[in-house]
Amino acid sequence: MIAASYDVPSNIAFGIVAVGMIYAAVRVVTTKNIVHAALYLVLVLAGVGINFLLLQAEFLAITQFLVYVGAIVVLFLFGIMLTRAPLGQSDDLDDPSQKPIALLTSLSLLGVIGASQIATWKDTRIVLPAGGSLNTQSVSDEIFSNYLIPFEVVSVLLLAALIGAIVLARRD
Amino acid sequence: MFVIQFLMLSAILFSIGVYGVLVRRNGVLVLMSIELILNAVNINLVAFGTSSGLSGQVFALFVIAVAAAEVGVGLAILLMIYRNRRSIDIDQLDELKG
Repeated sequence: MIAASYDVPSNIAFGIVAVGMIYAAVRVVTTKNIVHAALYLVLVLAGVGINFLLLQAEFLAITQFLVYVGAIVVLFLFGIMLTRAPLGQSDDLDDPSQKPIALLTSLSLLGVIGASQIATWKDTRIVLPAGGSLNTQSVSDEIFSNYLIPFEVVSVLLLAALIGAIVLARRD
Repeated sequence: MFVIQFLMLSAILFSIGVYGVLVRRNGVLVLMSIELILNAVNINLVAFGTSSGLSGQVFALFVIAVAAAEVGVGLAILLMIYRNRRSIDIDQLDELKG
């Protein structure tokens, strides 16, 4: 009874994934090796995808894996390679003099966001439809009916960004 | 599951991303930290979206598309900076300082 109402398997999966994601995210911003930072970023992005799956957003999860893990991380690795970043350990990836103030800023931000969210959403349960849902079909219906114009605008934006990136990065 | 567990995970990721943007000097690493922030926002959107139809998921899709565009243009700009200055140390880009 209690087990059913508290959704134990999902919570165990969430706990494991959340701990892994937080560890990997801390490593992304603290590691001395820039290639390791890109590979830890893969762990965080995959964890976000698993979170989408836990929330029954399977289309978004697949998009997350394809676009982020498949494309954006590869783009980052190309960026690392083309800017001749120091491979291996390097001490000038971060600025030690900014560490205290950055730590203070991020911790106070976490305190403010966390306190306000706990105060507002403490007891709100997530109610997911039982027995699965036709999520992909519903999302596509939603995009191509209510959000058609924003969708077209995003595709124009992607085209503009693509051409802009080519113009900027081209040797002439 | 409660909404708050996703919101807290997202808040922690967001703060780690802000720390990374502030403390890193290498431009590519700053872009990676911005990706952390955008992903934290996506978790929030989908978690809130469970209680109000599909708008949250559609917004998260738009955020993913805009993030892809941002990374493409951002890396192209970093490539230009590297070609002109042989370095992508952001602390050295201080011509606007008075």
